[in-house]
Amino acid sequence: MRHVISLLIENESGALSRVSGLFSARGYNIESLTVAPTEDASLSRMTIVTTGSDDIIEQINKQLNKLVEVVKVVDISESAHIERELLLIKVRATGKDREEMKRMADIFRGRIIDATDTSYVIEMTGNQQKLDSFVAAIDGGAILETARSGVVGVGRGERVLKV
Amino acid sequence: MVLTGAEIVVRCLQEEKVEYIFGYPGGAVLFLYDELFKQDQVRHVLVRHEQAAVHAADGYARCTDKVGVALVTSGPGATNAVTGIATAYCDSIPLVIISGQVPTAAIGQDAFQEVDTVGITRPCVKHNYLVKDVREIASTIRKAFYLAASGRPGPVLVDIPKDVCTQKCEFDYPREITMRSYNPVTKGHLGQIRKALQLLLEAERPMIYSGGGVILSDAAEKLTRLARLLGFPVTSTLMGLGGYPASDGQFLGMLGMHGTYEANMGMHYSDVLLAVGARFDDRVIGDPRHFGQEPRKIIHIDIDPSSISKRVKVDVPIVGNVADVLDEMIRQIESGGARPKQDALDTWWKQIDEWRRRECLKYKNSDEIIKPQYVVEKLWEVTGGDAFVTSDVGQHQMWAAQYYKFEKPRRWLNSGGLGTMGVGLPYAMGAQLAHPGSPVACITGEASIQMCIQELSTCKQFRLPIKIVNLNNRYLGMVRQWQELFHGGRYSESYMDSLPDFAKLAEAYGHVGIRVDTPADVEGALREAFKQKNELVFLDFQVDQTENVYPMVQGGKGLTEMILSAEDL
Repeated sequence: MRHVISLLIENESGALSRVSGLFSARGYNIESLTVAPTEDASLSRMTIVTTGSDDIIEQINKQLNKLVEVVKVVDISESAHIERELLLIKVRATGKDREEMKRMADIFRGRIIDATDTSYVIEMTGNQQKLDSFVAAIDGGAILETARSGVVGVGRGERVLKV
Repeated sequence: MVLTGAEIVVRCLQEEKVEYIFGYPGGAVLFLYDELFKQDQVRHVLVRHEQAAVHAADGYARCTDKVGVALVTSGPGATNAVTGIATAYCDSIPLVIISGQVPTAAIGQDAFQEVDTVGITRPCVKHNYLVKDVREIASTIRKAFYLAASGRPGPVLVDIPKDVCTQKCEFDYPREITMRSYNPVTKGHLGQIRKALQLLLEAERPMIYSGGGVILSDAAEKLTRLARLLGFPVTSTLMGLGGYPASDGQFLGMLGMHGTYEANMGMHYSDVLLAVGARFDDRVIGDPRHFGQEPRKIIHIDIDPSSISKRVKVDVPIVGNVADVLDEMIRQIESGGARPKQDALDTWWKQIDEWRRRECLKYKNSDEIIKPQYVVEKLWEVTGGDAFVTSDVGQHQMWAAQYYKFEKPRRWLNSGGLGTMGVGLPYAMGAQLAHPGSPVACITGEASIQMCIQELSTCKQFRLPIKIVNLNNRYLGMVRQWQELFHGGRYSESYMDSLPDFAKLAEAYGHVGIRVDTPADVEGALREAFKQKNELVFLDFQVDQTENVYPMVQGGKGLTEMILSAEDL
């Protein structure tokens, strides 16, 4: 099962490697991992997308909590939540494909944020599936490069991850 | 008061009432050694290899309730310490390791004797720090001691660059430490404890399974009290030995791969299992699927939530300090008045006694050749069962665990989790320094002892009258045993050729060496050794080369699939 785990960790050097080292040492999967400081500069928020049986996810939660610098861990995918990922995709945009690419970006509510004679850079946010479908929907040969941020997420409503 | 970083480090150690620091000097720690030189409150023990520094600090911690402290230099000093740190980590031993680092400006420049110590040790410490600012030394060392000893204990490393040792700042040792990200639980959840007691009082075939957590939380007395109150059988892991008196009738001996028949059978067929500070390790329960075949309710007390339901699903988890939880259990039983089901318990004990009649630890003694088990039995007799006993890793370790009956906690020092050969002698050094007047024996083998043999020199310098009981069978005994049983008798590289004359080697270091060849001389040699109160005596027992450790549960098999003796093969 796929899980999205969010955690707050002391913003110290080496904190990221403690988390990533834990996953590699214990053989847990990481699909994506994002990290950035929060509004409180002493804390970073990390979002990890992982897969595993219930037992493994329970262990991942416990092991993360055991790390001395981890302040709080929440499996946000356990209840209603919102996930978003950012995609920056550079595509070939020439001839009749140029108009088609613009149309596809519009359909998926992407924005063209850089344009040259021959290329576009399209910015798009959404959940993983939406970005996947966009990438699948356009002509694969036209893709020059993609950069994806990995998933971030928050719980819906009153559920808050805070110290 | 304005002090240099080096002065601050030593002041912190004094504030923590550190008695001994085990270490080895080098370029990056010269300023620290200079400050150690100028005082005599913290005594430095100069080892001959950094691995032994950490092992000795670890041994010191195991037989006291204090934090062990080691000091090593950068680069090879730190990498040599890694085996010691990992050993302590696997057995949850509280240590603070201070390592020197190249100056901050040189970090990342591939400087002389530079390694990423924090990176290398990260997976085998409870936590580690690189201190880049002199103003953070005091608070970091304070945190290191707090982290090492609280919650589930473990080693904490503090890496200090050389230039930070020379910078100055105001020194103020923090009394209180608060860490928002670290708040270990101590008291167990009352509702869970009540639920656990309900299960225990309804049990028909109960079993108490005690582990190293009982030793680490100094809960031996409480465990004994609870077990006697309930009248339940008790078994212990390798790490838990001494947590319950071995001579007591309720004690079934050690369980697991080389555990007793009655302990393993009792464990497997119990209907309610109380796990106390133990972690259902692969050497203890074998294959968890086989273990899971019998339906039983499991109660698990542990301070580390991640130990619970890791290998075996638990019905009643109790997260808390073992001593506190046992206290509460005793209180509830005594005030509640309910008693266990005596009839069922009588039947259960009858069954256990039947298993006991197999006498699984019986071995064929000999008049001609020394049996290793016999040496351990005699050691137990000669020391009145009251010595501090260390061991290395292998057959001799199992025989020590099986035949030396530990009555008290913190008397048995060995590497259970990591299984590090070479710990025996440095552990004995730590134990002898912590308990200067007490007998300390290191049960070892001719292979293990050679992994830290250089420490015989340290023992001479610090006049440590350790008794080394070398069960010399000229083989890597446990490897040879597995090769005999599971690899068609192909003894690939397990014969120890070109051994030194250990008695002469001990003499060369300035100690007493005795070689013992016949069973008739075993007891006399042991008595003679312990009579020499001020000397390290190296007893080199020439034992049966082909003796195996039984009972044995083969790796990956279930607890009931035991080989009891060579006849079972």
